[in-house]
Amino acid sequence: MARSTVFKPTLGDRIFDIANYTFMIVVLIVTLYPFLNVLAISLNDSVDTVRGGIYIWPREFTLENYVQIFQYEGLLTGAKISVLRTLVGTLLGLISGSMLGYVLSRTEFQGRKFISVFLALTMYFSGGLIPGFILIRDLNLMNTFLVYVIPGMVSAFNVFVIRSFIDGLPYSLQESAKLDGANDFTIYYKIILPLCKPVLATIALFLAVGQWNSWLDTYLYNGQSPHLTTLQFELMKVLSSTQGTGGSAAAVAQGNMAELVKQVSPEAIKMAITIVVTVPILLVYPFLQKYFVKGMTLGAVKS
Amino acid sequence: MKAVTPGETKLHSTAKKKRGFWATFKEQKVLYGMSIPFIIVVFIFSYMPVWGWLMAFQNYRPGKGILEQKWVGFDHFVALFSDEKFYQVMRNTLAMSFMGLIVGFTVPILFAVLLNEIRGSVFKRTVQTISYLPHFVSWVVVAGIVTKMLAVEGGAVNQLLMGLGFTDSPISFMSKGSWFWTIVTSAELWKTMGWNAIIYLAAITGIDQEQFEAAKVDGANRIRQIWHITLPSIAPTVAILLIMSIGHLISIGFEKQFLLGNPLVVDYSEVLDLYALNYGLGMGRFSFGTAIGMFNSLVSILLLLLANGAFKKFAKQSIM
Repeated sequence: MARSTVFKPTLGDRIFDIANYTFMIVVLIVTLYPFLNVLAISLNDSVDTVRGGIYIWPREFTLENYVQIFQYEGLLTGAKISVLRTLVGTLLGLISGSMLGYVLSRTEFQGRKFISVFLALTMYFSGGLIPGFILIRDLNLMNTFLVYVIPGMVSAFNVFVIRSFIDGLPYSLQESAKLDGANDFTIYYKIILPLCKPVLATIALFLAVGQWNSWLDTYLYNGQSPHLTTLQFELMKVLSSTQGTGGSAAAVAQGNMAELVKQVSPEAIKMAITIVVTVPILLVYPFLQKYFVKGMTLGAVKS
Repeated sequence: MKAVTPGETKLHSTAKKKRGFWATFKEQKVLYGMSIPFIIVVFIFSYMPVWGWLMAFQNYRPGKGILEQKWVGFDHFVALFSDEKFYQVMRNTLAMSFMGLIVGFTVPILFAVLLNEIRGSVFKRTVQTISYLPHFVSWVVVAGIVTKMLAVEGGAVNQLLMGLGFTDSPISFMSKGSWFWTIVTSAELWKTMGWNAIIYLAAITGIDQEQFEAAKVDGANRIRQIWHITLPSIAPTVAILLIMSIGHLISIGFEKQFLLGNPLVVDYSEVLDLYALNYGLGMGRFSFGTAIGMFNSLVSILLLLLANGAFKKFAKQSIM
């Protein structure tokens, strides 16, 4: 604050400030308006919406759109599977990330070097879309729930972030536990895991958001299995059905839901589904904010 | 194998280094047990697909093992490089990559620098928190929102443009190919600007405040402070992130293009991965699709090595 009291702001500084605040307010509006607009339309009477002119406040308030969309099986199944894959996927990601991170932090472990390189390499190449697809098919993972949580279970990046966090913990804790005769797993479970809470919270957020938001695996592997659909995939079908488009997506992805959206007023229904898909993310995000900013900088500095 | 160990453990001083692999293995069996299952998963899902690159040199037919396929050498690559479509796809990929790189790279820096200049801390924090928001929303939702905002009837952008008198009739953004690259780039910027600024904000926070005080005493205005202190201080961070994004230059994925594109703009929206998907899975030409993907990976690695090499030369520092 000394900055502003000691030196009187010049005219140039003041113009700069005004321009800067204006810019920030534009950023706020551009970021928020679309969300508010979608929310307003989703809460507005669907027939009235067609007249246009809904901005950030519904004109004829109703919850009818939400009642409507939840009558579709696709959406209910989608919600169930999305929640399930988020829980299972996050849990598996945390277990694999923390175990590998711990193992790699043990300097005397003889597989350490090999595993580090083995994991690091995966950050620089990928086999590509088609070989990946054929592999999943040959492993009989098509049309299974497992395809959501197994292939991407280990993330090299997360392992390295967790390892560098463990490296920062005092080693004496592990040592005294070892003298007490604890085995390596007990040390991991009883000592390391509880201390890793902050970094695990960050990783959990990334994993959960990634799981919740993905639709491509559903499209590629489980498009023919209505009982394994996800919310994002249902939304994608609905959005592409009325755009009259979706490229090759449309062919595979026409479900009942999409048909129905065409008949009823599509706009309000689409917006209601968008809100249902987005809200869970917006709910967890303020709580985890302090963790992810920390995690983001930690990860970046180390890599 | 166990026979090796007793003789060696006798030597006390070198015991640690020369102990047999299996003896140490037994001692560290818990650590192995905790890592091997995951290593197997990584091997299967990250390394096995690379084995699948062999398909690019075969005429892959489903139902046969990968070594029983018919070998065709570089036929698929020849076909790829003589396909006119390939050059169009390459143009689209490069155009959107470079636009994304330039805009997606400079704007977050600008945003971070400007946000740092805001004095009111509540306002600053509010802007920052809200700017992260789109990062957490899926591309499906973003594509829906973009389509809605750019709609011909009642789209916010068209209403704004008409209200300000820039255009008399609404522009049909989504069905004109010439707009597609701009739309993808803007959508990406909207989604990632705030998030990508975090790292620069962190770097800016680390700058010694005394430098700014000294500059003020010397009569430097805000712009000059930014130019001479803030930007040079974050330059190393910028350099590292730049190289990392160059490595990912052509592997831009296809989510955005897939979700925002439509048959009307396909000449501008089809990118390498989408091309591979349409040929490989859509038409069942697995080998051809693999060749496309392989080309993509090789170019990416080459770009990363080049960027890293250039960086080494300039900064005497490597990121790999």
